[in-house]
Amino acid sequence: METNISFKLKVWRQANAHAEGRFETYEMHDIPTDTSFLEMMDILNEQLIEKGEEPVTFDHDCREGICGMCSLYVNGHPHGPATGATTCQLYMRRFHDGDTITVEPWRSAAFPVIKDLMVNRNAFDQIQQAGGYVSFQTGGAQDANAIPISKEAADEAMDSATCIGCGACVAACKNGSAMLFLSAKVSQFALLPQGRAEAKRRVKAMLAKMDELGFGNCTNTGACAAECPKNIKLSNIARLNREFLCAKCSD
Amino acid sequence: MEENKMNAQPIDSKIPEGPIAEKWTNYKAHQKLVNPANKRKLDIIVVGTGLAGASAAATLGEMGFNVLNFCIQDSPRRAHSIAAQGGINAAKNYQNDGDSVYRLFYDTVKGGDYRAREANVYRLAEVSNNIIDQCVAQGVPFAREYGGLLANRSFGGAQVSRTFYAKGQTGQQLLLGAYSSLNRMIHAGKVKSYNRYEMHDVVIIDGRARGIIAKNLVTGKLERFAAHAVVIATGGYGNTYFLSTNAMGCNCSAAMACYRHGAYFANPAYVQIHPTCIPVHGDKQSKLTLMSESLRNDGRIWVPKNIEDAKKLQSGQIKGSDIPEEERDYYLERRYPAFGNLVPRDVASRAAKERCDKGYGVNNTGKAVFLDFSEAINRLGIDVIRQRYGNLFDMYEEITDVNPGELANEINGVKYYNPMMIYPAIHYTMGGIWVDYELQTSIKGLFAIGECNFSDHGANRLGASALMQGLADGYFVLPYTIQNYLSDQITVPHFSTDSKEFDEAEKRVQKNLDDLMSIKGKRSVDSIHKELGNVMWEYVGMARTKESLETALKKLKELRKEFETNLFIPGTQEGMNIELDKAFRLRDFITMGELIAYDALNRHESCGGHFREEHQTEEGEAKRDDENFFYVACWKYNGNDETAPTLIKEPLHYEAIKVQTRNYKS
Repeated sequence: METNISFKLKVWRQANAHAEGRFETYEMHDIPTDTSFLEMMDILNEQLIEKGEEPVTFDHDCREGICGMCSLYVNGHPHGPATGATTCQLYMRRFHDGDTITVEPWRSAAFPVIKDLMVNRNAFDQIQQAGGYVSFQTGGAQDANAIPISKEAADEAMDSATCIGCGACVAACKNGSAMLFLSAKVSQFALLPQGRAEAKRRVKAMLAKMDELGFGNCTNTGACAAECPKNIKLSNIARLNREFLCAKCSD
Repeated sequence: MEENKMNAQPIDSKIPEGPIAEKWTNYKAHQKLVNPANKRKLDIIVVGTGLAGASAAATLGEMGFNVLNFCIQDSPRRAHSIAAQGGINAAKNYQNDGDSVYRLFYDTVKGGDYRAREANVYRLAEVSNNIIDQCVAQGVPFAREYGGLLANRSFGGAQVSRTFYAKGQTGQQLLLGAYSSLNRMIHAGKVKSYNRYEMHDVVIIDGRARGIIAKNLVTGKLERFAAHAVVIATGGYGNTYFLSTNAMGCNCSAAMACYRHGAYFANPAYVQIHPTCIPVHGDKQSKLTLMSESLRNDGRIWVPKNIEDAKKLQSGQIKGSDIPEEERDYYLERRYPAFGNLVPRDVASRAAKERCDKGYGVNNTGKAVFLDFSEAINRLGIDVIRQRYGNLFDMYEEITDVNPGELANEINGVKYYNPMMIYPAIHYTMGGIWVDYELQTSIKGLFAIGECNFSDHGANRLGASALMQGLADGYFVLPYTIQNYLSDQITVPHFSTDSKEFDEAEKRVQKNLDDLMSIKGKRSVDSIHKELGNVMWEYVGMARTKESLETALKKLKELRKEFETNLFIPGTQEGMNIELDKAFRLRDFITMGELIAYDALNRHESCGGHFREEHQTEEGEAKRDDENFFYVACWKYNGNDETAPTLIKEPLHYEAIKVQTRNYKS
């Protein structure tokens, strides 16, 4: 049932990419627990605007956990304390009266801050552009049922394809690695016959781009999978490594 | 609106000659093409990266055009198509249940309450099968049967299983498919991608669309882009109502910019209210969450039979699972035996409102009904149900703290699980920028695709048809029709943005931004937007009357005044300013709200998503007036936002389908 809570909010404020950032503390009073975390941020922003101050800038859009836009580091966890959920799916009933809640942007060299809690994730697009596709021209497709695909393979490909590209895996990783993100896309195509034809080229191109963009490598800590709001499995990285090894061996 | 003069200017929808099944084939056989060497000389701007925008940008790039593609988010993959849950329709007839191109066409026209353009809908049904082929070839992991072939499910308004799906994330998978094709073209250098850019105006030179002014949302600077043609794929205007299932950033500003330049806006009153959304819980709420229509395959919608039970539910004395089977009123199954829980969205929404208005609502606000899986779980087992809807159950639990898969009660040996609570919410807009058969607006060289145009859904869209239309437009229709326009543009050199027209457009946009910054009032953008939403939902919502619409127009006028005199935007125009960007969009939502109200006031009939209380049957069903309103209402801008627009009619002609009263009862 609905109750109200009061708490302290420590929020990272940074005017732009080049300015120095700092934490600001705000007192929040009587917030209903059935408010979503981002709605609570809306309330904070309304209060700031009322005082003539600039609101806190953060990325958000669909507010139902699928667009991958929201990206807050809440109390030391990407997307906050809930598991298998994005920040926009986080509700205040997870917090308690008297708490101090710390809100930071993604922390990774590959994701520079744009303003306050908003970061630039353009590097993810660049990794996809390097090879995250099946080279196929509109109009040339055969009948959709021409190639049967086992339900198991289709379901597993779907689980990998569920990645929303939010960047939580990178933010959680002590190496700032994009391996989970990359492996999800490589796995999706590796599991489907449509993706096999250019599997070798794809995995090499995407990994080379990841290295080039300044992401770290993987040391199998598993923080990425633990924090992933879509429960993308660590086994995707194993598959990625296998795909990469096979591709290199056949060079 | 009766005083609105009929404009003598005829509307040419450019529908090709011939029988309905041959029109598109004939068109393609006779349209003009652009040869590969000339395609390289032509630039096309595509605004938006949803299903329509991304698929169009990718395909035009593949064909050899130079494409400039814009989105307001940080990546093309964020567009709100990504949130579509249930599926995509196609006339494959893989289930051998009697489906065909004609039947999909017929269901779509009927579902749209006979207010769509026949030829467009037939073409949509025709290319639907290509879409599924295309997406499978891209590596979209659609759900499959154990034999390895594609699975299907049913959606509202159809008696066949023609919906293809990828869990409850079909929109996501289709958008990522289009995004992957787009990435391939970005990598090839054929598409230039501009993220965090917002179109503020379209630039018209000698009567043709030749570019846009866009704001770089990170730097706050205005930038100019020129091209031989401009394609708008910027989605619908559902956020006019503030609370909707749309993403927070969805807006109608690009469409409004086209409208202000004279592009007709068609059928704005046709707004879809989705029956299965999580009910409103408080005044701090920022958006409404949709629960996929696919839930109606196995979920049964009900309220208590007895008003006393409803009162106890409202005061929290009992729960839904305390009410046994025989005391439940499955009102959709009762009223519409042939389609049951799978009636079209407008019918299901109104039926829920009817029950709640009579006092049978089941939560503390009295504005909710139950969606119950007990029968399906008892029949199929929880594992099967979780496999089908697990992610939706989880989503529901995260928001409401109630698990719909949890056994809650047992009465007389029957197991009852927690029901979901749902209520209708604004979801999709059938109206949009008017386009002809070629998807060209009334401005030359300006095209509109996807939800942003008005063309295919008439007065109501069937479930799983939005994804179909967005991809049909982007992959298979626009890439053909735009060539017919561009074929005589091959001698026109690349445009410079150093021209009088670009100067003037940028000045206009800059002045608008300066004006917004200089109001320096007291109220935040959101507080005014919420007020707009309340007016729209209350007076221009699920049930409309002449009085309510006149009241709305009066209140919207006051609201515009409030906006223009009492808005406060902190910060400066330098760098990112989220409040300024929201204010820019809100100004257009107010104009859009008036447009919806004008159209709703003019349309003295009930059809699809537009329900006028004055026009209903004794049983409360929508009553159309085909004699007087069998037309597309096109609204023409009259020079400023304060003046009422002029109505121009595009009469509808049906050749293949006999127009009749929609019947989902038998």
